[in-house]
Amino acid sequence: MRVPAIGCAALLLLAVAACGGRDAATGGGTGGTAAAGGQCAGQQTTGITDKTIKLGGIYPLSGPASAYGDIPKGIKAYFDYVNAEKGGIGGRKVEFVVRDDGYQPPKAVEEARRLVEQEQVFALFQTLGTPSTAATWDYTNQRKVPQVFVATGASIWGTDTAHPWTIGWQPNYISEARVYAAYLKKEKPEAKVAVLYQNDDFGKDLLGGFKRALEGTKVQVVAEQSYEVSDPSIDPQMRNLAESKADVLLNVTTPKFGSQALAADAKNTKWNPLHIVNNVAASITVLKPVGFENVQGVVSATYYKDPNDPTWANDPEMQLYKQKMQQYAPGADANVPYHTFGWAAASSFHKAMEAAACPTREGLRDSVRNLKGVKVDMLLPGVTLDTAQGDGFPIESMQLMRFKGQRWELFGDVIDTRKEFGPLGG
Amino acid sequence: MSTTKVQAKPVAVERRRRFDRRWAGLALLLAAAIYAPFQLVPFHVFQLTMVLVYAVALLGLNLLVGHAGQISLGHGAFFAVGAYAAAVLMDRWALPYPLTLPLAAAVAFVLGLALGVPAMRLRGLYLALVTLAIAIFLVPLLKRFEELTGGSMGLTLAKPQPPAWSGLAEDQWLYFLTLAIAVASFLLAASLLRSRVGRALHAVRDNETAAEVMGVRLSFYKTLAFAWSAMFAGAAGCVYTWVIGFVSPDSFTVNLSITLLAGLVVGGLGSLSGPVLGGLFVMFVPSISQDVNDAAPGVIFGLLIIAVMYVAPTGLAGLAGRLIKKIPRKE
Repeated sequence: MRVPAIGCAALLLLAVAACGGRDAATGGGTGGTAAAGGQCAGQQTTGITDKTIKLGGIYPLSGPASAYGDIPKGIKAYFDYVNAEKGGIGGRKVEFVVRDDGYQPPKAVEEARRLVEQEQVFALFQTLGTPSTAATWDYTNQRKVPQVFVATGASIWGTDTAHPWTIGWQPNYISEARVYAAYLKKEKPEAKVAVLYQNDDFGKDLLGGFKRALEGTKVQVVAEQSYEVSDPSIDPQMRNLAESKADVLLNVTTPKFGSQALAADAKNTKWNPLHIVNNVAASITVLKPVGFENVQGVVSATYYKDPNDPTWANDPEMQLYKQKMQQYAPGADANVPYHTFGWAAASSFHKAMEAAACPTREGLRDSVRNLKGVKVDMLLPGVTLDTAQGDGFPIESMQLMRFKGQRWELFGDVIDTRKEFGPLGG
Repeated sequence: MSTTKVQAKPVAVERRRRFDRRWAGLALLLAAAIYAPFQLVPFHVFQLTMVLVYAVALLGLNLLVGHAGQISLGHGAFFAVGAYAAAVLMDRWALPYPLTLPLAAAVAFVLGLALGVPAMRLRGLYLALVTLAIAIFLVPLLKRFEELTGGSMGLTLAKPQPPAWSGLAEDQWLYFLTLAIAVASFLLAASLLRSRVGRALHAVRDNETAAEVMGVRLSFYKTLAFAWSAMFAGAAGCVYTWVIGFVSPDSFTVNLSITLLAGLVVGGLGSLSGPVLGGLFVMFVPSISQDVNDAAPGVIFGLLIIAVMYVAPTGLAGLAGRLIKKIPRKE
């Protein structure tokens, strides 16, 4: 019996059709708006009133990258705390809507449209991952919706000029590469470097930035090996790199392969290079399975405070964070750095929104591109948010750290890559 | 002679009545589909467009799984091939978008044929594994040829703009394009199934040995089913590229193939309305299940599939048919 089935489908479609009506005059409606006057007249006020501000975030809560799903928990805890105890951001209570894209770009597009058109959010506060952000930024820029502090380190968010509504937050991979280059230039000016990197935009961004930063120095890249995310093991690559007899190993990997490379390096007692592991793979959870005794002296770089680091045990912001996490996100482990990351990003948004000249979408867009030495307490001392017209990278400073005992220890000064290498061009 | 005539008449009347009702149902459905975009906000129009895209892909999968009785865990790969073919043609050769549709479908068809020849000598689990391998191996392959495919950053494309005479918004124009292609695909599939090919496919599904005895060349029809199914997937992939305006290898993981298969089984194997219901399922159930439980959307999605399989082993199409049969008819 197919007729009834088709009839049912028709009914279903009709039911769906009955759910909404096109607001022809405004082409998408402007629910929940506040009239903006003065210099802000005529700017977009969708999703913001005198009392509320609605934000949307897209994260992989399911699927292979669901570990990142912890980030919005930290963000929610921060906003809940600010709403309950500080009266919101500038008197506006924050409503933060999180949607799941399972790390799939088409799903991210659907969710972005849902947030913008149906939920009528003021801005997208974070989309996670390079593919999901690349899939949505044409849409957000076409609709003139701010897409701020995206959680991906690709350099394109800052170098591109055709998407003024999208901006990153964390240090981009090229800046990170510059930090390692600066360190080697100073500490091992004649170093021979072997590089293991993931064969995608992330690995190539970092490796390319590293090579460019080394131009004109005596530090040389003597061997490079790439791997695919689908590879089962990177042991063959590590054997090839060992043959180069390089005295530095730059480990540009994602967590799973980061562990494997650290383990392979520890096992090979004949080759003992200085091991630099990139920030993405530097979390304690990556090092633990390798054995802490095997990763002593490994170097990496970071920019926000590690909740596991006893240095910050008496830090007021860290104490506040741990206390508020317990209060507003019970059940979430405050020691997971992803939560801290979310907290730091959310408080950066707080600062940027407060600094906005107009409580409008245009105001936020201009504000995130006009940050001048903004201090965020969860970032390392000396790391500030700085942007300008033509500089779309909020964080470009990092501090080096060395693994000692059971934890990372910061050393040296914060390296501001802008000062060392000049602004990042397209 | 006279008795057979008396019996034959009500049968003919019943068939005619059923036929009329079917056309009435289809006309109603089409009217609703044309009316919908003028009533909905752009976001819902976009969702319906995606339902149609998935429905076209599922139509192809239905041909292979529902009608020819073969299994494919790699349907997403052909979808990806169509999507990438369209994207590369538009991006590198600046081809106008309507031309990409036949080309994308043709590329997928040829590839389906090429892969179908070896794959169709296999049966059941072995076939499932080979098709799964195609889906797995496509993602790293797409990342390799960076000059052509844009590597893992993918390709961003301009969406087709509505012609000025139509007076439609972009989302409505895309919707009508997709609707037209979906209707054409359904007509093509329906006529294909009514033809000699359709009968041969059903024979292969029901009993291979018997089919062979009847003179059906098994490998020929199986390969053809594979190729047709790939062609529909390719066409759907092409429309997907128009609608989303972005392709990347991560858009077409193994997950897509498995979701498509699950959608089809839930929608109803071997029925014409199955792909549409499956498309609705693939599109809406993941987001609904996220509204139910924020923490584990995947779990709810999985449980729903299991529940549907228990309640309606013949899929939603079969369930709808059964429910309507239960309603007493006035005669």
